[in-house]
Amino acid sequence: MSRDDNATTQRNMIQAINSAMDVAMERDDNVCVFGEDVGYYGGVFRATAGLQEKYGKTRSFDTPINECGIIGVAVGMAAYGMRPVAEIQFADYIYPGLDQLVSEAARLRYRSAGEFTAPLTIRTPFGGGIFGGQTHSQSPESIFTHICGVKTVIPSTPYDAKGLLIAAIEDPDPVVFFEPKRIYNGPFDGHYDTPVEPWSKHPASDVPDGHYVIPLGKANVLREGSAVTMLCYGTMVHVTMAAVEQLGIDAEVIDLRSLLPLDIETIEESIRKTGRCVVVHEATRTSGFGAELAALVQERCFYHLEAPIQRVTGYDTPYPHSLEWAYFPGPVRLRLAIERVMEDVSGEV
Amino acid sequence: MASDTERRNLPPLELYVPEPKFRPGDEADFSDIQVPPAGETRRPDTAADHGEMPDLAYGLVRVLDDEGKAVGPWDPKLDPETLRKMLRAMALTRAYDQRMFRAQRQGKTSFYMKCTGEEAVAIAATFALDRDDMCFPSYRQQGILIARDWSLVDMMNQVYSNKKDRLMGRQLPIMYSTKQGSFFSISGNLATQYPQAVGWAMASAAKGDTRIAATWTGEGSSAEGDFHSACIFAAVYQAPVIMNVVNNQWAISSFSGFAGGDETTFAARAVGYGIAGLRVDGNDALAVYAATQWAAERARTNKGPTLIEHFTYRAEGHSTSDDPSQYRSADEAAEWPLGDPIARLKNHLIALGEWDEDRQAEMDGECAEQVKTAAKQAEKNGILGHGLHQPLETMFEQVFEEMPWHLKEQMQDMLDENEAANNVAKTR
Repeated sequence: MSRDDNATTQRNMIQAINSAMDVAMERDDNVCVFGEDVGYYGGVFRATAGLQEKYGKTRSFDTPINECGIIGVAVGMAAYGMRPVAEIQFADYIYPGLDQLVSEAARLRYRSAGEFTAPLTIRTPFGGGIFGGQTHSQSPESIFTHICGVKTVIPSTPYDAKGLLIAAIEDPDPVVFFEPKRIYNGPFDGHYDTPVEPWSKHPASDVPDGHYVIPLGKANVLREGSAVTMLCYGTMVHVTMAAVEQLGIDAEVIDLRSLLPLDIETIEESIRKTGRCVVVHEATRTSGFGAELAALVQERCFYHLEAPIQRVTGYDTPYPHSLEWAYFPGPVRLRLAIERVMEDVSGEV
Repeated sequence: MASDTERRNLPPLELYVPEPKFRPGDEADFSDIQVPPAGETRRPDTAADHGEMPDLAYGLVRVLDDEGKAVGPWDPKLDPETLRKMLRAMALTRAYDQRMFRAQRQGKTSFYMKCTGEEAVAIAATFALDRDDMCFPSYRQQGILIARDWSLVDMMNQVYSNKKDRLMGRQLPIMYSTKQGSFFSISGNLATQYPQAVGWAMASAAKGDTRIAATWTGEGSSAEGDFHSACIFAAVYQAPVIMNVVNNQWAISSFSGFAGGDETTFAARAVGYGIAGLRVDGNDALAVYAATQWAAERARTNKGPTLIEHFTYRAEGHSTSDDPSQYRSADEAAEWPLGDPIARLKNHLIALGEWDEDRQAEMDGECAEQVKTAAKQAEKNGILGHGLHQPLETMFEQVFEEMPWHLKEQMQDMLDENEAANNVAKTR
């Protein structure tokens, strides 16, 4: 079946992710998708809906509730020559499969000197703000950036989600693809008590039907500005954009899109221009990816900095069910950080 | 409720911690091990349902009897030429192990692991598999490569991490890997190869291939979660895979009881998963061959996975870093009731009139010579610790297919450091 590659359809993030797998499976019959509830039912978030019907159950199937098995089997399939796309139902559940990812998939190319490789993709919804409690809300992305041999990708819009996921599936290395589930249905500005605008009202929901890729390692400058650089990804991209607009500040907002490889050039260029930097993520603070970003900016742009780098993050606690909106880095936490970073050296705003 | 009152009169609970039967200084006595006569165990049709054979998970498939005769329904009826090839591969593996063990003691490498007493487990199985069936070994199956006529020099280059090491000096000695030899990269994290083998087998089935996968783990590592994940997936998808558990009684200093072996057999785990399970005399090359052949036929005809427990004994230490005299009886290996796999196969060939002690001695001499020649050749490529054999840049290559900027920068830092140290190391 051929497609009109210019045609686009309005899609929310789930539909864009579904379309990415559909396109990848159509182009390469080595691509297969599996995970808990992924096959017949199409996934608890419906990301794989219709794929089993279209491609058959040997290419889209359900698995036992066993993350070690899901990822371990994916390593074996990838070593065979297939392109497995495995779903871990929630990022919080990835830990039982962690060894297969970090000790096996990540190092297979290196330890076999390129004879065996593991070109697999692990998709997993992450992040909070859906009353998921401490077992359905975590953001473990920094763990994977600390592992040598794994790529870590996080989209923030339907358009990016499709282009990045296709790039991840076609990538020769193992990729962990974190899906910010709070924004599956629409962008979220951090005001939890206002209704969510659906993606259909956002330009990034206009998603091409056919094949396209967004290269891994290219950040997106969402908003140009000269006063401060905001580094963010996933759900926090939208919270950051909203906060910046609300404060009326001339901020440059960079959506990192992939944490590893990281687009250091875009970051450096921006900091040299603005002289100030705020890093924003929902994950807990200590040893979070914000620490790496702050270190990189400090190492490379110290003489351009006019204020200490600020971090806006979740707290170093498990995600609290009933207090999740106090935990979530929302507009007020962002405003306070921006105010701190805009203070001049004398301490005056 | 019974527990509503205070429990003052109840006897205190006790934690049970298993102990092996013998410790250093004890006389080993294996008379309690049930060794059924050779030929006694039934052989179901390879198309039989796994539910019809739970007894085989508790029995012991044996072919060679005490007189060296092959008896019973599992006799694979191999021709003498194949038997001699198998014997030679086993003898060569033992000679290879001896040479490499000595090389470690001479400081030519950091580490080595012998498979003495377990040669049949890898070699007889390899003879029953096709050359392109993918093997996912643990670290005591060097016999697979030797049975597949893989270059000893190539293996030794890996052990020495020298300039011809196909793995660029990145792996511990004995962690071989060759795609061409259908020998999957060995991991030090135990049992991880189990779900990978199942995944490879699932892919082979999904693609309509004809190749199957086989994997090996020790009985100790069968306690790892990965083992159980693999069993679940293998059973659920009827994966064409053979899962071998090498029960050599010892996981470093922990005896098989700590892996659950005191309470049941390792083959019996298959029963709970709905997998065909066989318990095999691992020192009987013909039994190992027959069991593997049976399991391979099941796998190739879409009858699903088989779990084979090879009941054997680790005659040497766990590795060159281990001293088994500190934790087990000295005469265990000699007292082991299933004998030595090489001696048993040799006696079988002699009983057939196809072999004699002189030819055995001659062959042993040839194997020693072959290994010696290979070692000299490999040593010309360097030994571990004598300089850095790989160009420094290789440290950063193949982390990813393409090197990202942060690795390029770190590589440059390393090259600058090398320059500051007067270019002591080789670079590209």
